[in-house]
Amino acid sequence: MKSYIVFIKGLWRENPVFRQILGMCPTLAVTGYLANGIAMGLAVVFVLVASSTVISVFRKLIPKQVRMPTFIVIIATFVVLVDYFLRANYPFLSKKLGPYVPLIVVNCIIMGRQEAFSSKNPVWLSFLDALGMGIGFTLALIILSTVREILGFGTLLGHPVLGQWFTPWVIMALPPGAFLSLGVILGVINTFQKKSTR
Amino acid sequence: MKLLVTTSPHIRSSLSLHKVMYTVILCLLPALFWGVYYFHIRALFLLITCSLSTVVTEVIFKKVRRKPVSIGDGSALLTGVLLAMVLPPYLPLWMAALGGFIAISLGKEVFGGLGYNIFNPALLGRAFLMASFPVQLTTWGIPARASWVSVDAITQATPLATTLPKFSGNGIYPLQKLLFGLHPGSMGEVFSIGLIVGGLILIALRIADFRIPLAAILTLTILSSVFYFTGKNYPSPAFHLLAGGFLLGAFFMATDPVTTPYTKKGRWVFGVGMGALIVFIRLFGGYPEGVMYSILIMNSFTPLINRLTRPLPLGGKK
Repeated sequence: MKSYIVFIKGLWRENPVFRQILGMCPTLAVTGYLANGIAMGLAVVFVLVASSTVISVFRKLIPKQVRMPTFIVIIATFVVLVDYFLRANYPFLSKKLGPYVPLIVVNCIIMGRQEAFSSKNPVWLSFLDALGMGIGFTLALIILSTVREILGFGTLLGHPVLGQWFTPWVIMALPPGAFLSLGVILGVINTFQKKSTR
Repeated sequence: MKLLVTTSPHIRSSLSLHKVMYTVILCLLPALFWGVYYFHIRALFLLITCSLSTVVTEVIFKKVRRKPVSIGDGSALLTGVLLAMVLPPYLPLWMAALGGFIAISLGKEVFGGLGYNIFNPALLGRAFLMASFPVQLTTWGIPARASWVSVDAITQATPLATTLPKFSGNGIYPLQKLLFGLHPGSMGEVFSIGLIVGGLILIALRIADFRIPLAAILTLTILSSVFYFTGKNYPSPAFHLLAGGFLLGAFFMATDPVTTPYTKKGRWVFGVGMGALIVFIRLFGGYPEGVMYSILIMNSFTPLINRLTRPLPLGGKK
């Protein structure tokens, strides 16, 4: 039962983007297209799960004083793996994501999970926690990038979905559109959250 | 004898919110009538669409939040009218409706409603449309045929775009045309005389404070004369005053009591900043017109200006 809660909490109740407001850099920067959002989400899932598991395995060996540099080294290893994988297999996607794949190293969701969870918990739980948080992050990116791609380009995954009459809202493809749509989504979620807890 | 014990305030002004709002709309009427007459039926549709969209959005927000519906005060209607006045007359109507929705929802209601908004809602709506549909928002026209049902229009650049040296700088636009509103432009900004008369009435009725318009006009005149008399074929100060949306902005938008400073000194600062920004954006910026952005930028400085210009209370120390 406990492992179930550890997994499920990252999806919604402690969703890294919508509830913890973490990882804003990729959230705002790569959500112009749904494909970018999914790719970034999956990359983070892989890095998060792999580094959480590894760090949890070695949690008793890592000295407290140098835990941050150690985490960074482990995370960076997996980020380089993802980066090279994308460059080799999906060069177009890799170019579109630009510097935001290497920047996963300093993504505060990943660092936060190591500090708050996997450095203190057994391997199985750390794995589940990382998986839940990663999927929660991916879900958030999917929601945000679906809204932005439909309104900003009139397409979904590159296919036109809104027909000829639609004039794309250029602002949604630009950085202000990311802030606007994230703000509106957060507002709506908070409103419902308030109502359900009352 | 009946004695009434009450707390202060004891003197109440007869001026109420809805009186203020409807007076502003009345003062806008000359320019509005001219806009509808000059741009024909499409301008009227634009006006109706914007007003409906802002009022309906306000009603929806108030209902959802279970607050008293306060559209009777006319503030949402005024936002809609102002929005229609700063949009190109031949804009697709659904864009105008979207602008009205954004103006009220993101510009006013998310901050808590009337009195809490940081930015002028109508201008925020226009800024959103400008960023979303840059092509449609910079397509201007004048009616092709003088018929009331005609929706044909000849696309033409605004006087600012044809006169500013950074674009072409080949023509000095005749000032009479600017004065009488015989040129392409936003629906409500073309008729300069109407805007001046309406603005002066607003100031005479003490609904708008004279400081911001005066400071903006003085700054714009002085700064643009400096460029006019020293630089290479920059437009004249009179052109700067009459072209584009300056008069509408200075008299009707920069005097909005919510989004501009409430101190007297602060109002001078706001006007000077606005005038200077307009000249710099027009002469050196990427856009032909800078009134919207300069008012929005100064709106964002308003809390700071208020804090720095707060008058000392009697006997207070610095």
